Amino acid sequence: MTIHEVPQKRLTTPFYPRLTELDRLNNWHSWKGYTSTDALYDPELEYFAIRNSTGVFDLSPMTKYRITGPDSLDYINRLVTRDMNKIKPGRVAYAVWCNDQGQIIDDGTIFHLREGEYRLCSQERHLPWLVSAAIGFDVSIVEETAEVAGLAVQGPTSFSILRTLGLSGIEELKPFGLTHFDFEGSELMVSRTGFTGDLGYELWIEPAKALALWDALFEAGKLYGITAIGTHALEMARIEAGYIAAVTDFLPAELTVRSGRSRSPFELGLDWLVDFKKPTFNGRRALAEEKRRGSNWRLVKLDIDGNKPANHSYIYTKKNGKRIQAGFTTSAMWSPVCKQNIAIGTVNTPYGNVGDTMQVEIYYQREMLWTRVMADAVVVDKPFWDPARRRATPPGNY
Amino acid sequence: MKTYDAIVVGAGHNGLANAAFLAKAGLDVLCLEKNPYIGGAAVSLNLYEDWIYSNCSYVCSLLRPEIYRSLDLARHGLQVTPYGGGMTFMENGDYLGAYWDSETRYKEYSRFSKHDADAYERYSADTMRQCRFIRDFMMRTPPDPTSFKPRDLMELMAIGKKFYEMGEDRMYDTVRFWTQSVAEYLDEYFETDVIKTALSGSGIIGTALGIHSPGTAYVLLHHYMGEVDGNVGAWGFARGGMGAVSQAIANSFQSYGGEIRTNAGVEQILVKNGKVTGVALTSGEEISARVVVSNMDVKRTFMKCMDEKDLPEDFLHRVKNFKIRGSSGKLNIALDGLPTFPALPKGSPLLDGDMHFIDSMERMELAFDDWKEGTWSKDPYVDMLIPTITDPTMAPPGKHFMSCFVQYCPEKIEGRAWTNEERDAFGKTVIDQIAKYSPDFKDLILHVEIRTPQDIENEAGLTEGNIFHGELTMDQLLFNRPVPGYAQYRGPVKGMYMCGSSTHPGGGVMAAPGANAAREILSDLKRQNTVPENFGDD
Ligand SMILES: Cc1cc2nc3c(=O)[nH]c(=O)nc-3n(C[C@H](O)[C@H](O)[C@H](O)COP(=O)(O)OP(=O)(O)OC[C@H]3O[C@@H](n4cnc5c(N)ncnc54)[C@H](O)[C@@H]3O)c2cc1C
Repeated sequence: MTIHEVPQKRLTTPFYPRLTELDRLNNWHSWKGYTSTDALYDPELEYFAIRNSTGVFDLSPMTKYRITGPDSLDYINRLVTRDMNKIKPGRVAYAVWCNDQGQIIDDGTIFHLREGEYRLCSQERHLPWLVSAAIGFDVSIVEETAEVAGLAVQGPTSFSILRTLGLSGIEELKPFGLTHFDFEGSELMVSRTGFTGDLGYELWIEPAKALALWDALFEAGKLYGITAIGTHALEMARIEAGYIAAVTDFLPAELTVRSGRSRSPFELGLDWLVDFKKPTFNGRRALAEEKRRGSNWRLVKLDIDGNKPANHSYIYTKKNGKRIQAGFTTSAMWSPVCKQNIAIGTVNTPYGNVGDTMQVEIYYQREMLWTRVMADAVVVDKPFWDPARRRATPPGNY
Repeated sequence: MKTYDAIVVGAGHNGLANAAFLAKAGLDVLCLEKNPYIGGAAVSLNLYEDWIYSNCSYVCSLLRPEIYRSLDLARHGLQVTPYGGGMTFMENGDYLGAYWDSETRYKEYSRFSKHDADAYERYSADTMRQCRFIRDFMMRTPPDPTSFKPRDLMELMAIGKKFYEMGEDRMYDTVRFWTQSVAEYLDEYFETDVIKTALSGSGIIGTALGIHSPGTAYVLLHHYMGEVDGNVGAWGFARGGMGAVSQAIANSFQSYGGEIRTNAGVEQILVKNGKVTGVALTSGEEISARVVVSNMDVKRTFMKCMDEKDLPEDFLHRVKNFKIRGSSGKLNIALDGLPTFPALPKGSPLLDGDMHFIDSMERMELAFDDWKEGTWSKDPYVDMLIPTITDPTMAPPGKHFMSCFVQYCPEKIEGRAWTNEERDAFGKTVIDQIAKYSPDFKDLILHVEIRTPQDIENEAGLTEGNIFHGELTMDQLLFNRPVPGYAQYRGPVKGMYMCGSSTHPGGGVMAAPGANAAREILSDLKRQNTVPENFGDD
C-alpha cells in the first residue's frame, strides 16, 4: 500500500538549479508554493541590470491556464471587461475580470497563441471561477502552471541578447506581440511583454528544455550584461513603470471579507479596459451603474517631495482649508533612475485629480529615532519611467 | 441570616464567568454547584490512575479573548495551546490531511481535485464574511425587535447597518446561509466527496440534525467563530484539560472575593411576591439573595427548579417546547502508548489534530438516520483527538489520553433508558471504527469512560445531554434565544436571570453568555459595568 504525503517543502521551478548556482545570499520566499528568490547577490545592482543591461527573472510560478475550443474567444470576451475581438492571434492583452458586482477578481495577461488558443496568466488561482463562467461555452480550461516554464528577459540589451540567441525575426516583434520559435526541437514562445516598463521579453518553454534555454540565453548574453535577478529588483521596476500588483495595490474581490475593500476597474484607473460596446460581460451592469453614479475610490500615482519613501502612508488633502484624510499609499519607493520619490496609492473620490497637490505622512527611522514629515505629493498620470526604447520597433541594440 | 447580592446556580464556566464579573463590580456573590467539582461541561477529572480526562468538552477556541483578558485568566493559570493537523481516514486506505499552511493545503486538496484546492480560498473568505457578521454580536445583548427602547432600536440598527454594508449580493448570501444545510453550502464550492465530508463535520457536531438539514450551515459557522490568539477558526488545548478554563475563571472569581460551594445542589429558586428571594438547597438549607442567576439550561431552570405558578404560562409553554435534543456521546480513553495509523507516514504531524473516520457524505447522512431511528450511529462521525501529544500534563510520559466525541448518540434508546449492555455496545462501535485504521489501538486501551447523553445529563446536568444547552437553529438564536421576549438574560421573575448556554450566543466554552448576563444585571443594579466590549474588526 502506498502511503501518501504531500511535501510541505516549497516546490522548485525548472530553473532552480541555475538560480542556486548563482545565489550568494540565500534569500528565498514562497511564491504560490514555489521557491522564489528575493535577490541573488544584491537587489539594488540587480535592479540596475534591468535598467542598464538585462535582468532575467524566473516567472514560472505564475498561474497559467490554457483556454481552447471553438467558443474560446466568446468565452474570454464574456469573462474580461475589454474587447478581445481586437486581440488577434500573435497578440497579448492585459485584462481584468470582474464579478457580477463589477469588482475586480484579478488582472492578468491573455496570450492569443493561435487561432482559438489562449493562455491566461495571473497572480491568483481561479480554476473554479473560470470553470463556472464557462457554462454554456464549448471550451476547455486546463491549469498548466507546472507545464510551462517562464523567464522574463528585461532591459535595454534584451533585444540584442535574443538576436544573438538566434531568434531571427525578433526585431519585428512589436510590444504586446508574441511569436513562436523552435528551440532544440521544442516550441519556444516569445512575447514582448513584461512588468518593468522597459524594453523586454518573456520566454515560455516546456520544463524539460528550461535549463538548456537558460544556458543558451546566458551564453548569448555574456557580452550584454545579462544578470539573473530576484523579486526585489523586479518590484522596484514595476513601481517605476506604474503597474499595479494584485494583493499589493488591490485585493482580489472574492478574497475580501470586509465590505468596500475590493475595487472596480474604474477605481484602479483602468477605464480603458472596460468596453461597454460589448453587449455582455461579467460585471457589465454594475460597471455601467458605477459609470453613471461615480466611483468611491481612485488610484493615484504620486510624485512626492523629498527623498523619504512613503511606505504605508496616509494621503491627505485640503478641504475648506482643513486637512482631511483622503487615502493611503500601497506601493512606494525612491526611484534610482528617475531620482524621484514615487508612490502608488488609493484615495477617495473626488480627490486626487491629475495635477492636484496632496500631502503624504511619512515616518522614517534614523538610528532608532522615528521622524514624521508631511510632504507635498503631486498626482501624475504618466508612468514614472517610460523610455522611448520600450516601444521602438525594431528595438535598438542597447 | 446573610443575604447575598447574588447567587449563581451552577459552577459551569458560564456561571463562574458571570459570578466573576459581578464580584469584580463589588457584589457579594455566591456560586452554588451540585457536583463535588466545578466546571460543568468544561471539566477535567481524574478517573483512572494518573490520567486526567477532559470529560465533556475537549478543545478550546470559542472562549472570548476579551473575557480571557479582562478576568486575567492567564495570571489565574490558563494556557491555551493551538494545534495543527487532523485528517479524515478513507476506506480505500488513503486519507485527507488538514494543514494550516495554505500552500500545503493546496497541494493536499490537489491530490483529489485542483478545482477544490482553488475553491478553498473562496470558501474560506465567504465563510469568514458570514462569521464576521455575527462575531461582533457575541459580546452584545440581542435587541428585542418588538421593543421601542432606544437601546433596542440602536442595536437593531447596528445589525441592520452591518447587514446593509455587506452589499446586495452578499445580503442574499447571508439570508440563504442562515437557513441552508451544510451539504448545500459545501456543494457550492467543492466537488470531492471526502473534502466535503471533512468540512461538513463542524455543521453537525452537537446537533440533532443531519448534513442535509436546513440550519446546519450556521452550526458550521458557530465552530469557526472562535480563535486562538487572533487566528480565527483555530482550535487549541487548554493545558491540563478543559477544566483548566473553569478553574482559572473560578480563581479569578475568588480573587474578587467570590465564594464557591460544591455539593450544594439547588432544589428550588425561591420567589415571593413576584420577586426572587434566594434558593433552597437539596439539603433543605435556604440562602437568601437579591439576585439569582441560573447557569442551568432553561428547561432545567424553569421546569425543575422553579414553581410553575411563579411563571407566565406563555413563557412556560415556550420553555417546554425549547429544542434541546441530545445527539452526542463521548468516549474518554487512557492509552498505554501512542496508537499507530498505517495510512499515515511515520511521525506525521497530522496526528496533533482531530481525526475522523467517515469519508463520504452518504455515510454522514446514514449516521444521522440511525439517530432518527432512536439508536446510536453504527458508523458514527467521531471527532477524535489525542491531547497528550501536545499537553504533557494529562497522562504519564509516553502514555496518552484519547478523547472521542461521537455524533450521533440519542438520549434514549427507542424511547427508553439506556441499559449498561447498550452503553458498552455503543463504546464498542466507536472503538471498532478506530481500530479499523489502527491495528494496535485496542491493545493499548487501559481504561474507557463511555458517556451517553443520558450520562451527560445525569452528571453535568445538561438536559437530554445537549451540548449547547439547546439547538443552534435560527428559531433559537439571537433574540429568539432561549425564547422570544426573554433574550436579554432577564427571567420572567424580578431579580431572576439566566447566564448559561441556553442564552445568546449559545453553547460552547466561550463564556460570552455568562459575561453578557453580568452586564445586564449590573445595569439593572446601577453598578459600574465590568464586562468588556468586543475587540472589534477581527
Ligand atoms: C460531550 C461534550 C463535548 C463538548 N465539546 C466541546 C468542545 O470541545 N469545545 C467547546 O467549546 N464546547 C464543547 N462542548 C460544549 C460546552 O462544553 C458547553 O456548551 C459549555 O461547557 C456549557 O457551559 P455552561 O456554563 O453554559 O453550562 P454547564 O457547563 O452545563 O454548567 C452548568 C452547571 O450547573 C450545575 N448544575 C445543574 N443543576 C444544578 C443545580 N440544581 N444546582 C446546582 N448546580 C447545578 C451543573 O452541574 C454544571 O456545573 C461540549 C459539550 C459536551 C457535553
